[in-house]
Amino acid sequence: MNIVVLVKQVPDTWSERKLTDADHTLDRESADAVLDEINERAVEEALKLQEAHGGEVTVLAMGPDRATEAIRKALSMGADKAIHVSDAALHGSDVLATAKVLAKAIGTVEGVDLVIAGNEATDGRAGAIPAILAELLGLPQVTQVRKVEIDGTTVKAERETEEGVAFLEATLPAVVSVTEKINEPRYPSFKGIMAAKKKKVDTLSVADLGLDPAEVGLTGAWSSVLEAAPKPPRSAGQRVEDDGNGGAQIAEYLVGQKLI
Amino acid sequence: MLDFRLDEEYESLRKTVQEFAQEEVAPVIGDFYERNEFPYEIVAKMGRMGLFGLPFPEEYGGMGGDYFALCLALEELARVDSSVAITLEAGVSLGAVPLFRFGSEEQKREWLPRLCAGEQLGAFGLTEPGSGSDASGLRTTARLDGDEWVVNGTKAFITNSGTDITGLVTVAAVTGQREDGRKEISAILVPSGTPGFTVSKKYSKVGWNASDTRELSFEDCRVPAANLVGQRGRGYAQFLQTLDEGRVAIAALGVGLAQGCIDECLRYVGEREAFGHKIGEYQAIQFKIADMEVRTHLARLAYYEAAGRMLRGEPFKREAAIAKLVSSEAAMDNAREATQIFGGYGFMNEYPVGRFYRDAKILEIGEGTSEVQRMLIARELGLGR
Ligand SMILES: Cc1cc2nc3c(=O)[nH]c(=O)nc-3n(C[C@H](O)[C@H](O)[C@H](O)COP(=O)(O)OP(=O)(O)OC[C@H]3O[C@@H](n4cnc5c(N)ncnc54)[C@H](O)[C@@H]3O)c2cc1C
Repeated sequence: MNIVVLVKQVPDTWSERKLTDADHTLDRESADAVLDEINERAVEEALKLQEAHGGEVTVLAMGPDRATEAIRKALSMGADKAIHVSDAALHGSDVLATAKVLAKAIGTVEGVDLVIAGNEATDGRAGAIPAILAELLGLPQVTQVRKVEIDGTTVKAERETEEGVAFLEATLPAVVSVTEKINEPRYPSFKGIMAAKKKKVDTLSVADLGLDPAEVGLTGAWSSVLEAAPKPPRSAGQRVEDDGNGGAQIAEYLVGQKLI
Repeated sequence: MLDFRLDEEYESLRKTVQEFAQEEVAPVIGDFYERNEFPYEIVAKMGRMGLFGLPFPEEYGGMGGDYFALCLALEELARVDSSVAITLEAGVSLGAVPLFRFGSEEQKREWLPRLCAGEQLGAFGLTEPGSGSDASGLRTTARLDGDEWVVNGTKAFITNSGTDITGLVTVAAVTGQREDGRKEISAILVPSGTPGFTVSKKYSKVGWNASDTRELSFEDCRVPAANLVGQRGRGYAQFLQTLDEGRVAIAALGVGLAQGCIDECLRYVGEREAFGHKIGEYQAIQFKIADMEVRTHLARLAYYEAAGRMLRGEPFKREAAIAKLVSSEAAMDNAREATQIFGGYGFMNEYPVGRFYRDAKILEIGEGTSEVQRMLIARELGLGR
């Protein structure tokens, strides 16, 4: 059971996040960076499957040099090795380019049975990478799952959406994306932290993956951001004192706003 | 030149425990404290993270780390809560370390894996109702009868001794008389549940309310002769060595509490207003917090240095006593000032500073009172009667 887990270093959701003035991309320097929590769950799920079925867990991250911190964390949780795709040409990549790079990088790992990702990253929130990746790799996609099981060469999963729960099966190899309901990730132990220092991290460039730098990054993006402005601060709102007819007053207000 | 920066793996550990304390301990510990309840679930999670195995080698189920790693974990836990920190401190440095250091290979193989995993807790029974600082005044006896020790006596204030997961208590007992006429003191391992070993109900304490502290009594309690820990007659010397290390751990715990006071105050003084300004804008408040920072910083340097000496195998008795003294005083002073800064809210149990205030005092008492630390320091300077 060889598993590749996609991990991403994201700005901590607690810190203030900004876009750079120069090209409207995320200002990754100004915020504390952490391993995306949803990825911790993806790593946890991979480790659980490994405990049950053996094999190797490889973490794969695309991102600037700082992403090594996220990779270290995944390795100290227990993943066996890592691939870090880092290249200045990748700056500003859209989801299509990102998926292309990840697909190529997955291609460097031998005998992959399963790719596990978080359903969406907390920074970009496109939520499309797992699906695009599956398409590029020609693999079945089992996305947004809250439960995964491996039965022989079949992956069985519960996909949960706003509409309800679907029970899915696919033949391995496959791409799975998990939601925050999947598990509670473990905290790395000191043994894991020390072992992580000795684990192998392959750093690859765009050229190493056989891609043309013009296909990725800002130049390769299919759309471009022309302008960005911070959300206007919320206005004070209107206060309704309830002296017995608060309900009626709220209803009147909503009618006035043509909301009811 | 000296360098107190943390190596990468220590820093990762510190961060991990900090996250754990914030995510798993902070939201729930107040309720356990209020109910005087031992937080089994939190302790189990600490066990799964390997915190109880930090300073032990992997062959006994440990993490292959060292005592400084334990100190960092204690500091980060105590920054949020001292009850869970002391449960870890006592479990490791009083429960498991004596077995690891002085126990037989068989004792280590039998007990350490479960202690390291946090599945079981160990305790250390030195203090008695009639003797604390002067531990040599202990009266509990252990008499060899055939191939069994027969233990009789009472122990007071023993941490971790009565939880559902307590596995053993290492008891200091008089096992005879030495040639110079003084007591021969040895350490005997008594597993929980041994007939004749009774654990009384929990004390009602001023602080550390989510930790387990009990009085123990032994009435013709029989354990195999092989339960002697270390050499016969070396018990007292063994305890003194264990206590030197324990002092560095308590110092780390005190630094955590002192830092926790600063964390809470920095948050509060930026929110609370009085006379038209945030209270953090008043110099009287700023100076209090500046002093808190100074005390914490000095105490941290003191325990880092004591731990460094310990790990390098250098003498550290004096440094351990200094670290424990300054750290427990920093904790006490910071808790008092933090409570003051919080005003009436500081006196309410629902705010962490109230808990810090109640938890700080014991640090000047347990594992050697402040007077005892000063005695040790004076003795190291060659002063004596
Ligand atoms: C919550 C809690 C947990 C504990 N856990 C444990 C445990 O797990 N295992 C264990 O064995 N013990 C434990 N203890 C006991 C603790 O270590 C003792 O309380 C401590 O060592 C002090 O001993 P004492 O209470 O007998 O005070 P005493 O020794 O009676 O001291 C009373 C006062 O006299 C002072 N004094 C004593 N001798 C001198 C002197 N020569 N000169 C000047 N002043 C002196 C002391 O400093 C103190 O101020 C715990 C205590 C508490 C409260």
